[in-house]
Amino acid sequence: MSLMELIKQAKEEDDFSLLSEGIPYMKSLGISVVENDGQLITTMKADPKLTGNPWIPALHGGTIGGLLETAAIIQLAHDQDTDNLPRTINITVEYLRTGFIKDLHATAIVTKQGRRVANVQVRCWQENPDKPVAAMHGHFLMS
Amino acid sequence: MTDQALMERIIAFRAKPENQSPHGKFLGLEIMDVDEAEATVKIPYSKDLAGNSATGILHGGIVTTALDAASGLAVIATFERAITIATLDLRIDYLKPATPGEVIFAYGHCYKTTRNVCFVRGLAYQKDKSDPIANSTATFMITANHTGKKDDQLRTDEATGAKL
Repeated sequence: MSLMELIKQAKEEDDFSLLSEGIPYMKSLGISVVENDGQLITTMKADPKLTGNPWIPALHGGTIGGLLETAAIIQLAHDQDTDNLPRTINITVEYLRTGFIKDLHATAIVTKQGRRVANVQVRCWQENPDKPVAAMHGHFLMS
Repeated sequence: MTDQALMERIIAFRAKPENQSPHGKFLGLEIMDVDEAEATVKIPYSKDLAGNSATGILHGGIVTTALDAASGLAVIATFERAITIATLDLRIDYLKPATPGEVIFAYGHCYKTTRNVCFVRGLAYQKDKSDPIANSTATFMITANHTGKKDDQLRTDEATGAKL
């Protein structure tokens, strides 16, 4: 199934986890999506293979960045009438506290949706949404 | 510090399976080079790590992971004393799509250090370093300095391991 069809099906069935069929990185890292009160929550399931520093142990900063970027792309695919995935122009990840080997949840807000470019802000947390592990903002090219 | 010994220590440390970071191992991340204030790592291509199955282009998370690893390693390779570090922030500009099927290299250069914070520029590239796929800027916090002799090797190893 093409990505275009997957996005269509995800919208029809209201199940954006289907996008992992078109985004192999999501499957490899164990990233899934649920919708809660109209808000998408993108979750990276705790897994030892995501460990960066085994002495704490803590998640690799790259996996946290990967989750945040994925959450932004899925939110944009969800909000927009698009046939393809948006492409990342740039991202800035701010690491706020240690990410432990626990489920990591992310929510994205589209701050500005332009005709060609969107600005998105994403936060992620583990047990307490008020204690974010990392935040990201970035620009995405709509296709 | 033009420290051949440090570079060798970092590479030897990383060669031991028990010291590889699980995520680095999962992605097949390898250190290519460590020099004074500079480091290069690589991640092999895998279609399972693509961000779009239709194009096969690697997900941005892979580029983020490679640049975070190379940048952190560059910080560690700046100091003669053992330090532990944490990434404060990392900005990545994607300059062009990565070519599917090709290895990704990430290079970091720590161009300024202060008592608490270090500044790093980085590049991700494939065949040609002068035609990068991404450009990065990162800052790192020095979370601990270690001067005690007994623990120094261990602490360096911890810091090094954290970024591999």
